[in-house]
Amino acid sequence: MSDLSPSLADPLKEANEPSSPVARFGPDTPLLMDCGVVLDRWQIAYQTYGELNAAKSNAILVCHALTGDQYVASRNPITGKGGWWTSMIGPGKPIDTDRFFVICANVIGGCTGTTGPASTNPDTGKPWGLSFPVVTIRDMVRAQAALVDSLGIETLFCVAGGSMGGMQVLQWAASYPARVFSALPLATGAKHSAQNIAFHEVGRQAVMADPEWRRGRYLEEGTRPSKGLSVARMGAHITYLSEQALHRKFGRKLQDREAPTFSFDADFQVESYLRHQGLSFVERFDANSYLYVTRAMDYFDLADDHDGILARAFAGTKTRFCVASFTSDWLFPTADSRAIVHALNAAGASVSFVELESDKGHDAFLLEEPNLFATTRGFIGAAARARGL
Amino acid sequence: MALADNNTNRIDLKLVAEMVQPHTRVLDVGCGDGALLALLAETRDVDARGIELSREGVADCVARGLSVIQGDADTDLADYPDDSFDYVILSQTIQATRNPRLVLEQMLRIGRHAIVSFPNFGHWRMRSQVFFQGRMPVTDSLPYSWWDTPNIHFCTIRDFVTLCEQVGAKKERAVALDAAGGKVGVNAPWWFWNLFGAQAVFLLKRG
Repeated sequence: MSDLSPSLADPLKEANEPSSPVARFGPDTPLLMDCGVVLDRWQIAYQTYGELNAAKSNAILVCHALTGDQYVASRNPITGKGGWWTSMIGPGKPIDTDRFFVICANVIGGCTGTTGPASTNPDTGKPWGLSFPVVTIRDMVRAQAALVDSLGIETLFCVAGGSMGGMQVLQWAASYPARVFSALPLATGAKHSAQNIAFHEVGRQAVMADPEWRRGRYLEEGTRPSKGLSVARMGAHITYLSEQALHRKFGRKLQDREAPTFSFDADFQVESYLRHQGLSFVERFDANSYLYVTRAMDYFDLADDHDGILARAFAGTKTRFCVASFTSDWLFPTADSRAIVHALNAAGASVSFVELESDKGHDAFLLEEPNLFATTRGFIGAAARARGL
Repeated sequence: MALADNNTNRIDLKLVAEMVQPHTRVLDVGCGDGALLALLAETRDVDARGIELSREGVADCVARGLSVIQGDADTDLADYPDDSFDYVILSQTIQATRNPRLVLEQMLRIGRHAIVSFPNFGHWRMRSQVFFQGRMPVTDSLPYSWWDTPNIHFCTIRDFVTLCEQVGAKKERAVALDAAGGKVGVNAPWWFWNLFGAQAVFLLKRG
C-alpha cells in the first residue's frame, strides 16, 4: 500500500519550488505593495483546471481563504489530501471544469509556492521571515492580476471565493471592474470586524509566545513554533463552526473513556478534535505566513479607500454579483453581506443576495450545501448565457 | 411574501407585464419565485431585478438566473437611489406590508413608474361574507383565516385611490379584473369597479 501512495512533499521545498505551475516575475513586472515596498523578484504558484477557450472568455479565478492554497480541486502534495473545494469545482460541478477554465493561485504571503515569509529572499539567500513586507488583500489581488495577464486573459468570466477569498473577490471588482464579468463573494465582508481582528490577534500572540518562534527566525534556527501555531488554529477553528454544529458533532461526549479522568487530558471529544485540527495544521502551514495572512484580513476595509462610502468602490460597475451568507455564520454574519448588497444597490449594480440556511457556521461555504450549489449553478449559468458562453 | 401559492397561474401577471415598456429597468418587490420577472425578461427584454422576503423564493429566483436579493419591502427600498428604475412593481404584496403608504412613496421615489396590483377587499363576495355570515372573508384567491394571514393591510379599490391622492401619485392606467380574470367594464364608474373588481392593477407615476 505504502509503495503505491505517492510520498508527501516537504512544505519547506514547496514554499520555493512548488509541485504546481508557478509564474515568476522579475524587475520588469515588480509587485508594488500597499506598504510601499516594491518586490522586484517574486513568484505566484497556481493550478488550473479545464480548458481556456479560443476567445479566452471562460476563465474563472477562485480565490482561497485564510489557510487555503492553489490545490482547489486536486491533490495537495503536502497533505496528500484532495482539493479543498471539490464539492463546488470539477466536471459537472456548479463551477464546471468541462465548461470553464478554473484558475486558483496561492496568495502573496502564503506558503505553498507564492512568495511569502517562508520563501527565500533572493538578496540574502535566507528565508524572508519577518523581513517580508506586510501584505494586504489588494496586494494579493495585484499579484493575481499579474498572473492573469501572464496567462493572456483580459477579462475573467467570474471571480469566486469565500471568507478571505470573498474579500479578494470584492477587491477584484473594485480594482479591476472591467476585468470581472461576474463576482461570487461568499460568507465574507467588505471589512474585517473588531471581533474578527480580536480573534486573529489571539492567534498571532499564541504563535509569537512560543519560544520556538525565535522572533520569526525559526526556519534559520531549525525550530518550529508548532505549539503556538497549533493553539492559534484551535482557537480559530472554533470561529469557523457554530454552537449547534459543535453540539451535533460532539455534544459532551467523552473521548475513548467511560468517565472523566480528573486531569487535563483531552477527556471530551471536542478537545481531542481541536487538538487534532491544531496538530495537522502545523504540518502544512508556516507560522509566519499565518501572521501575514491574518494581518491582511485585519487591514481589509474596502470603503476606507473610497472616503468611507462602500458604494463608491462599485460606482458604475457592470459586474454581475451574487452574494451569499449562512444563517449560523458568526464570523461573517449576514449583516456583513447585507452591507455589501446595500452598497451594490446604491451603486446600481446587478446583484443577487441570499442568506442560506445552515447550522454549520462559517465553514458552510466549503461543505456539502445543496442550496449553495443550486444558487451558484443558477448564477453561473445565467452569467454564462449573458456572456454568450 | 407573495400571496398566491402558484404564481405562474396568477391572472394579473400578464396584465402587469403589458404595462411595462420593453428594454427598461424593472424592480419587482415581493417577487416570489420570479414568475413575473422571468416573464418580463422573456417577453419585454427588461433588466429585471427583484426583492423577496423568503429564502426559498430568492434561491428559486437565483437558480433560474434572476438578479434577486433577499430583503423586506418595508425596510430595504430605502437603500436604492432616486430614479433607479423605470418601473417598480408591487404585485399582490401591498396588503402584506407593514407600512403600505411608506412603501408606495419609496416606489415612486426609486421608480419613474409604479405598478401595484392587489386584491380588492370591496368585492361583493368579501362584503357578503362579512355582511351575511358575519365572518372575515375566506375565498379561493384569499384562502387564509384571519389568524394566520400574512395579509395585514387589506384595502378596497377606493381606499387605494385615496392613498394615491395622499401620496401625490398620478394614475396613468387602472384595470380591474373580475373573479374569472376578465376586465371589468372600462368605462364603468368607480363604485362598479369597487363592487365587481376582484383584483385591481394600477400604473402610477409621481404627481
